[in-house]
Amino acid sequence: MSSVEFRKDLFADERDDNLQEIGKPTRRQDILGHVTGRSPYYDDHLFDGLLHMRCVRSPHHHARIRSIDTSQAERMPGVVRVVTARDVPNNLNTLLSLINFGKDEEKLIQDTKVAYVGEPVAAVIAETEGQARNACAAIRVDYEVLANVLDPEEALKPDAPVVNEVYPNNTFDYHDRYDHQKLRFGDVEKGFSEADHIVEGEYQMSPIEQAPIETCGAIAAPETNDRFVCYTSTQALFFSLGTTAKLLNMASSRLHFVGGTVGGGFGGKVDSIVEPLSVLGAVLTGRPVKFMWDRAEEMQVGAPRGAERWRIKDGVASDGRILARAFTGFFDAGAYTRLSSYAIIKCTGHIPGPYSIPNVASNVFCVFTNRTPATAMRGFGITGVDFAIECHMDKVAEAVGMNPIELRILNAYRDGDMKPHRRLAKNAALIECCQVASQKAGWPISADAARQSSLHGGGGDRAIIPESLTDSVGRIGERRTSSIPTEPGQGAPSKGRVAAGTQGVPIVAAAPQDEDMVGDPVRMGFRHAPSASPQTPGQPSRLAVPPATPAPQSIPSAPVSAQPPVPPPSAPPPAAPQPSATQAPQAPAETAPYKPEQPFSRGVKRPGVSRFLSGSRRR
Amino acid sequence: MTKRPVQFQLNGSPVAVFTDEGQNLLDLLRRGVGDLSPKFGCGQGTCGSCTVLVDGEPRLSCLTLAETVEGQSVETTNGLANGPDLHALQEAFMENFAAQCGYCTPGMLMAAKALLDRTPRPSREQVIEAISGNICRCTGYEPIIDAIMAASGQPVRRAG
Repeated sequence: MSSVEFRKDLFADERDDNLQEIGKPTRRQDILGHVTGRSPYYDDHLFDGLLHMRCVRSPHHHARIRSIDTSQAERMPGVVRVVTARDVPNNLNTLLSLINFGKDEEKLIQDTKVAYVGEPVAAVIAETEGQARNACAAIRVDYEVLANVLDPEEALKPDAPVVNEVYPNNTFDYHDRYDHQKLRFGDVEKGFSEADHIVEGEYQMSPIEQAPIETCGAIAAPETNDRFVCYTSTQALFFSLGTTAKLLNMASSRLHFVGGTVGGGFGGKVDSIVEPLSVLGAVLTGRPVKFMWDRAEEMQVGAPRGAERWRIKDGVASDGRILARAFTGFFDAGAYTRLSSYAIIKCTGHIPGPYSIPNVASNVFCVFTNRTPATAMRGFGITGVDFAIECHMDKVAEAVGMNPIELRILNAYRDGDMKPHRRLAKNAALIECCQVASQKAGWPISADAARQSSLHGGGGDRAIIPESLTDSVGRIGERRTSSIPTEPGQGAPSKGRVAAGTQGVPIVAAAPQDEDMVGDPVRMGFRHAPSASPQTPGQPSRLAVPPATPAPQSIPSAPVSAQPPVPPPSAPPPAAPQPSATQAPQAPAETAPYKPEQPFSRGVKRPGVSRFLSGSRRR
Repeated sequence: MTKRPVQFQLNGSPVAVFTDEGQNLLDLLRRGVGDLSPKFGCGQGTCGSCTVLVDGEPRLSCLTLAETVEGQSVETTNGLANGPDLHALQEAFMENFAAQCGYCTPGMLMAAKALLDRTPRPSREQVIEAISGNICRCTGYEPIIDAIMAASGQPVRRAG
């Protein structure tokens, strides 16, 4: 008996539990606190002797720190403690290290180099906020200003400044070896060659600040049991707790985090910056410490939704069917990864949008620039590419002279269709949404379009995974023909960086597969590989004559390709690939060896133990 | 730092506290008096979450010097309810789902109270004007406008 059923059994007459709530007005359970002003936000906890923390921040996009002089600030009235990088016990982290994704790369307080405007280089703890501000202004930081790069494609050029030394190519390393996230489904070049129209477009998003009315902040205080309590605005209480434990090298059992009442977050309160700093302040002073961003900090250093640039190339038949769609995407991660790497995993799982397209390719780059690090915001990873896709759909409709709603209905996923990330579409509803939208907008559609349904017409040959070319070592997509010119851990790249497969050629759209690649049905790991099997009728394309027998709709077992299919967006990042590669494409990054005699926290992995970091699995 | 005594009425009760030089009313109410209902949002007078009433007029407490309320009457959300009985605005905000995170709500309520105290049956346009200095980032403004209309005993025009 599950706990829920057990509870129902015990409290059977307490409520009817019918959960028939849709369409009925209902009250929020926390609304009484909101309308009486008594909901306990983190800043509504009062402490005697509360100290205030403020940060000294970089005025430069990119600069080396020659020296930091705190002597004058330390003597200023009300100053209790000046905090610098050496006060942080384990001063290197990446947010998703808690789920073993990515390399530690960002310091809580910088001491060597700043990589974006507003990066903290020191902090002051003082009796009042005003005294902390005054002391911050008295800290002298000697910077050597470096060349900066503020555009993701500029950052991919060979002579671009290195933003983030842990990723010297200015790209996040997917699976510790790929400079972008790749998706291949069918053969886009073939689709383009069969198309009547080629429609290309470029779409550029801006960063968007979440701008919650309550700024990010936290209050930490020593408790009487050798623990530290932290009241915080975080949206991710256990992420913040784990991150604090890691950065401060504390057992997480010594941290008592209280949150849950958040004055607006929208993704901007997951980055766990304020919690480690306020707890560090409480540890260093033995007193309650508040670290609260003011509005200017919230806007300048609060991590936004990152800017994205998309290029989309469609091959379209004259009747509106989209035969092929290729994406090239650049996520501007800012100076550090935060959640951009994960956003791209989500995004790639979402490509090509809610449309059934037989040939799809994408190359998406997570690029480091000297801008504010980007992070979560409301559907991040999806909303940006969706903006590009839907703009592009209108452009396609214009090119073929179709009603844009009918174009969407024609190409929409139907239940049973195979998506490019190798999952079958289910509970599809775009057609029905379009039909309602056309009514509401007074934008008529044809009787045929109004008759369509997501429940019918899917599956069958539309459930087939088409052949996707792999190279001789099982990698999908383009092949690199020369040695990789960039090697992490060996200083600056000598020959510059090359976007995978492009050999330095400017990237216009996802590059075509090499002509010398040969489809290998065994390696592809799915059952329909018609080009190698004369008995299979036709190409496994949704556009060809349907095969005589319906295609099986089961999802094949894991394809043996170097890059595994992208998991559904809700899944954690994919496990490391186990390729059959005989040569390591890149030298493994040098990481500190794991020292089991120095465990620093329960439940938090040290850098070096992650299979993503060590590089040992691909040897 | 010089401390200066200041006396005023807070939600109908006399208050006497010391204020620091340059202290704003928001900080005095929250730290000095312990009335946590007005919220800090920007400290720049742009978001409205710190709105309180001073002698019945809506004021941004983050931009109001604490000592200037000497002898005046200050109202906050903390004083809206009469014991267990909620103010009509509070009831209407609850009924109309006019809060999500709740952080802007105290400021919204005070801006709305200033309006209804002066204009018991405002037009929808007057409601929009009255809360135009208050930013909400969650619910959108329609439910809030609906709630204020409902509190004034007028029919709610739902969007969509």
